[in-house]
Amino acid sequence: MTNTIEVAPLGKKDFVSDQSVRWCPGCGDYAILAQTQKNMPTFGRKKEDFVFISGIGCSSRFPYYMNTYGFHSIHGRALPIASGVKLANPDLSVWVVTGDGDALSIGGNHFIHALRRNMDLNVLLFNNRIYGLTKGQYSPTSEVGKVTKASPFGSIDYPLNPPALALGSQATFVARTIDRWQSHLASILKRSYQHSGSSFTEIYQNCNIFNDGAYAPYTGADKLDNVIELEHGKPMVFAKGSKGIRLDGFTPTVVSMDDYSLDDLLVHDESNLDLANIISNWTSHPILPEPIGVIYCVDKPTYNKKVDEQISAAVEKLGPGDFNKLLNSGDTWIVE
Amino acid sequence: MPKTTKTLDLAVIRFAGDSGDGMQLTGGRFTDTAAVLGNDLSTLPDYPAEIRAPAGSLAGVSAFQIQFSSKEIHTPGDVPGVLVAMNPAALKVHLPELILGGTIILNTDAFSKKNLSLAGFESNPLEDGSLEENYKVFSIEMNKMVTHACEGMDLPAKMVLRSRNLFALGVLYWMYDRPLEPTENWLETKFAKKPAIAEANKRALNAGYNYGDTAEIFTTRYKIEKAILPPGKYRNINGNYATALGVLAAGEKAKMNLFYGGYPITPASDILHALSSWKQFGVKTFQAEDEIAGITSAIGAAFAGNLAVTATSGPGVALKSEALGLALITELPLLVINVQRGGPSTGLPTKTEQSDLLQAMYGRNGEAPIPIIAAATPGDCFFAAYEASRIALKYMTPVFLLTDGYLANGSEPWKIPSLEALAEIETNFIKVLPKEDEIYHPYNRDAKTLGRPWAIPGVPGLEHRIGGLEKKDGIGNVSYDPDNHHEMTMIRQEKVNRIANELPATEIIGEDKGDLLILSWGGACGSARSATEQLQEDGFSVSQVNLRWINPFPKDLGNILTQFKKVLIPEINNGQLIKLIRAEYLIDAQGYNVVRGKPLRASLLVEKAKELIG
Repeated sequence: MTNTIEVAPLGKKDFVSDQSVRWCPGCGDYAILAQTQKNMPTFGRKKEDFVFISGIGCSSRFPYYMNTYGFHSIHGRALPIASGVKLANPDLSVWVVTGDGDALSIGGNHFIHALRRNMDLNVLLFNNRIYGLTKGQYSPTSEVGKVTKASPFGSIDYPLNPPALALGSQATFVARTIDRWQSHLASILKRSYQHSGSSFTEIYQNCNIFNDGAYAPYTGADKLDNVIELEHGKPMVFAKGSKGIRLDGFTPTVVSMDDYSLDDLLVHDESNLDLANIISNWTSHPILPEPIGVIYCVDKPTYNKKVDEQISAAVEKLGPGDFNKLLNSGDTWIVE
Repeated sequence: MPKTTKTLDLAVIRFAGDSGDGMQLTGGRFTDTAAVLGNDLSTLPDYPAEIRAPAGSLAGVSAFQIQFSSKEIHTPGDVPGVLVAMNPAALKVHLPELILGGTIILNTDAFSKKNLSLAGFESNPLEDGSLEENYKVFSIEMNKMVTHACEGMDLPAKMVLRSRNLFALGVLYWMYDRPLEPTENWLETKFAKKPAIAEANKRALNAGYNYGDTAEIFTTRYKIEKAILPPGKYRNINGNYATALGVLAAGEKAKMNLFYGGYPITPASDILHALSSWKQFGVKTFQAEDEIAGITSAIGAAFAGNLAVTATSGPGVALKSEALGLALITELPLLVINVQRGGPSTGLPTKTEQSDLLQAMYGRNGEAPIPIIAAATPGDCFFAAYEASRIALKYMTPVFLLTDGYLANGSEPWKIPSLEALAEIETNFIKVLPKEDEIYHPYNRDAKTLGRPWAIPGVPGLEHRIGGLEKKDGIGNVSYDPDNHHEMTMIRQEKVNRIANELPATEIIGEDKGDLLILSWGGACGSARSATEQLQEDGFSVSQVNLRWINPFPKDLGNILTQFKKVLIPEINNGQLIKLIRAEYLIDAQGYNVVRGKPLRASLLVEKAKELIG
């Protein structure tokens, strides 16, 4: 008979480090941190198996506040560092915390390549559409015309659309959530965790100092009129059931439920890439609601798994490596 | 006509032809045969950066030089005594370096009007008598010869002609009395799936050999006996392969998983190629999206407990420099290999240079000391890579290994070591929380090495955070405290300094005092050694020291330097080690600096040394 030791289940406090949190009061990062600390213990995984990797920016301080293994690295490079961690030890649950500047500007190259490889990483992109840590310059997701210290006459940069970029990079999990939508945020974290492969989650995060109210339409009193929660297999309905989305050819249109029934609406299918591409283009759309939830999710063998499979295949075919044999291979000769 | 045989101590041969003429293959086969015969040898492949420059052009000339000898040698030879020129462009490019009175073997079939014009010859040198005045010229219609040899074979004429390099090789094998079997065996294996190609090449090889034997133009053949080398089992090895073997050896010895993250770059890519073929050893190689991802993936693997390696050349190091600082401040072990090439910028990608020493030493923001070790010969790349890995793991630091294009692609006979004989590797892994601590302190250092403990993700109870922000020594929290920053700056330097405590006494070639010390490092070692031996033979009071560790310098170096009236530092750069030596030891060292993308010529270094001695 084996002795089982009673282990107290992990709770939020187990994931809270001894470091005092130094984000600005009111920052959206607090909410994301709290949900992560609260929900991670429910994933049923040992705390020592979680690793948080970040680059540079406000969001990248995140690992210091998680009582897990963590690495606060250099600007833009969290993804390749995380890839190295995952390849070295595929048993770990590796999380990347990054921002719109870190992931999409200086780290843009790593972003597209980590996703296309389907490296088994969880990427949380805190998108506040501003450079916060450098005190307020426009970012690659800032809207055209944004007035900042670096764009006193308005930004002339067209913004990137993160989910569209992720899909174009062949990510196998693409989702969006919002800092103030706490239970939604929690459910997306769990979905990301459950997905094997590169998981990309964009989190709309308010920077109350340099870009306050950027997401007010999605978090204010009329938020339900402006946001659609995607649910796999469910018709696309929003605004408390008063509006729906139909597809007219390739063009989505908003319809009134006074005129249509649920059966007439577009049904969400997470595994449909064409649909995911269409949905990703609703980002900041003048007419269509802002989509949140899992936009796309499919299974595909991961890079890290294939690395291990190639190694196993080589060992099976050639036997485990014999170093002295390798040293003595090729044309050799004896000098007496 | 009777043929005579002369015995020589050594010979230097250069094969030169168009990029498509297979000169690297030809040189490689000659090398392997010389190795199997027991000659000491040293090689210098010299190929263009373009994969296939226009046929017949000067830019497209590819060459391979080998020095082989019955004595111990240290370089591929300053200049060749025999030049094989497969076309006019090859003759044009390489004739200026052939010694006066040397031998030229030509494929006259390639001396068409078009090729002569592409090579910039105004008149045909085969006809105007200009060559015969100064050289022994053997003009052979090689195209015709191989066509004849392959008569009756069902191969297109173009394929047949591609074997003319083997014909030239056959002629050389006859001249130097070498067996054909090793090359024939190699051809059979290489073209196992294309027996007709193997056959055509073998016929061309034999035709060349028989041509030497029967044609009346050749009157003398040469014999070069086997060299007296230390007893043991040998193989021929080039620097990049030796480097890859060295890091694999470190992983095997330390019983650690090996991770390589890198991006393809000339002349370092062969390290990636070798390591990615060793999957049965569990080696994980990651061809990243860029140089930065190459090093940062390795940093991630180091954080997770692997022996982490990245290799590149100078432009790649420039891109990696911010990440080098991260590896340094997080005190993670990391091996960074720079196979130096001609710079600046893209420079001379396929040529050798030693011009990244100061980049390795200082090329980062902040006070960021990184240990530097330099390999001295192709075979030494193995030991230098092993040693660099060992120091990285023991001291918890990134380490630079400097090799160069010449070492990387050049080869030499290599006495095969055994894994058992290599130095033990100490690591800093920690598996349980020390009793006296409530939480894990990632910067709680080893008193002797100053290396920090290495707790890796997955180990319970040692969860911690590291990063690029300055940390409080010991506990490892982010710290902006001025005194702590000063202290950490000093600790990071002291950690490098302490490596000197375990360096062996510096080897001096020659007397430990005298008129002149030639102080070399890296790939210039061979030229410096040859020059030293020549000077000593000529009766001069000259010794040589080759520096293996450049950061830190060995502790006995200062004392050694003071025992010589003059110090000469030969480098393939505009004077880099010399700046470090002058700054550290306040001596009036003199430089010998030639930056031609090629190894230094020992004979010219001898001249420089004589001039200095006066």
